[in-house]
Amino acid sequence: MTQAKLSLRDVRVRRGRAELVKVTHLDVLEGEVLVIIGPNGAGKSILLETLALLQRPTAGRVLFEGQPVDGRQLALRRRMAVVFQEPLLLRRSVADNVVMGLRLRGVPRSVRRQRAAAWMGRFGIAHLARRSAITISGGEAQRTNLARAFALEPEVLLLDEPFSALDEPTRDELLDDLSAALRDTGVTTVFVTHDRDEAMRLGDQVAVLMGGVIRQVGTPAEVFAAPVDEEVAAFVGVETIVAGRVRSLADGLATLDLGGVAVEAVSSTLEPAAEVLVCLRPEDVVIEPAGPDSRRTSARNHLRGSVTRITPLGGQVRVMVDCGFSLVALITKQSLEDLRLKVGDEAVASFKASAVHLIPRRR
Amino acid sequence: MDLIWDGLGEAIRIIRSGDYSVWEIAVRSILVSGTATAVSLLIGILVGSAIAFNQFPGRNLAFALVNTGMGLPPVVVGLIIAIMLWRSGPLGDLRLIYTPTAMVIAQTVIAAPIVTGFTAAALRNLHPQLRSQLYGLGASRLQMLWLVLWEAKLPLLAAVMAGFGGAISEIGASQMVGGNLAGDTRVMTTAVMLEVSRGQFAPAIALSLILLALIFVVNLILTTVQQQERRS
Repeated sequence: MTQAKLSLRDVRVRRGRAELVKVTHLDVLEGEVLVIIGPNGAGKSILLETLALLQRPTAGRVLFEGQPVDGRQLALRRRMAVVFQEPLLLRRSVADNVVMGLRLRGVPRSVRRQRAAAWMGRFGIAHLARRSAITISGGEAQRTNLARAFALEPEVLLLDEPFSALDEPTRDELLDDLSAALRDTGVTTVFVTHDRDEAMRLGDQVAVLMGGVIRQVGTPAEVFAAPVDEEVAAFVGVETIVAGRVRSLADGLATLDLGGVAVEAVSSTLEPAAEVLVCLRPEDVVIEPAGPDSRRTSARNHLRGSVTRITPLGGQVRVMVDCGFSLVALITKQSLEDLRLKVGDEAVASFKASAVHLIPRRR
Repeated sequence: MDLIWDGLGEAIRIIRSGDYSVWEIAVRSILVSGTATAVSLLIGILVGSAIAFNQFPGRNLAFALVNTGMGLPPVVVGLIIAIMLWRSGPLGDLRLIYTPTAMVIAQTVIAAPIVTGFTAAALRNLHPQLRSQLYGLGASRLQMLWLVLWEAKLPLLAAVMAGFGGAISEIGASQMVGGNLAGDTRVMTTAVMLEVSRGQFAPAIALSLILLALIFVVNLILTTVQQQERRS
């Protein structure tokens, strides 16, 4: 079994009277990329700083390889590396910045040079080596920041929203480079973000942090397809969340009553008449105009309704259909044009029974 | 007008001739104020970084006190130090009144708040997360402090200059605790005052020129360093 590299046990961080983080149990396993995702103000940065030994918890323990960190903070910090949202470079050359951590750790000059050159090359900033770090662009600065962290060859790499201040194309490029570097080094990583796309692309595991509490931990597929509660569901991008009741159960297939509308869902654990929240991701819904040709898909659910709103989002379009309840679908701009849909039109929304995620409601 | 031109001509002659009494006073001024500035720098960096980096109750009060200290009237400082060091005062046994050491103490009391205030402001201007980043790169507390001070070296240099300027230009405190004793505690400002009161304008102008030139050179160095730094 893989060993936990970094762990939190009953950790609480308070500022004044406010409890900002309350984590009972968290393990970062050796070699995995753990993404901590949550909305702004969820306590993500404080959690990361606690893991990075930059912030002492008010209560509880931080463990490094299963042993308490107390009294060894400096030595352990020198086995880790931290990357923040701001590059925080010093007023020196790019190369001097990249070797800074190695200098602080007393690594010999020849090794410093060699590692800095390798990582500057890898992150595409070798040509900037002699430039002053305060004159380079935001994207180049964040590349320098990443090179500085990777040059340390840390056992644990902690990143706090490193791309959120960058423009979209820069972010995309850097995400690819980071992803490759993480894969090649296999370094144990904690990556904090509020961005679902980054979590999907980088995470082996995803932990959802809300209100300072970890609400769910799982693979990205698990967390995004099967959120544990309504709040997590809404945060991970489930746009249709409707209350319903189990009408009948047969062969692992549940028929649900959503205020008079019947929906079929895959389920093996539900009780008859159980109350549930029905969750549906917009990208799992297909929209067609209502007509004789409808119901061509193999999906089990076909709900007829009228289009109430069409919202363009970049290359995609969000379509809201009222079919007894509000249902959201995400389709491409092209298919919207092909379908010639407009607000007020009748449409059929189709989705598979397996696309429906059910959250049991506690009463 | 003759008073000015004759005085100026005579002053330049005094300076060029290397007149011992004038140059001796200039050198003593530099030594006394330089020492006071060095001590102020030590105090200013310690206290300034403590105020800038730590959250504690009364932090705003500390800032207000430092800022008040930056505007301390030298005469008041002189009075307090004189009372403390007076033969019958609380520190009278140290026998420091009318010594260069007493002047260093008084000038330090004047310059230290200036250096502290500049240092605290310079360090507060750095990104608040910079210290965390340096710790995250593996810096010890001492390495962190060294790096942030180096990062803030331009405003710190300004702090040194302002402290030195405050120390070497003041007169009230030096007069009161030094006594303006010839060959012992006479510095440029107290000497200028004495010469003028005697109607001896030439040596007063000579000393003033040296004082101005000194402050000019100090600021020239500062500006040059800042320009080079900005260009790099």
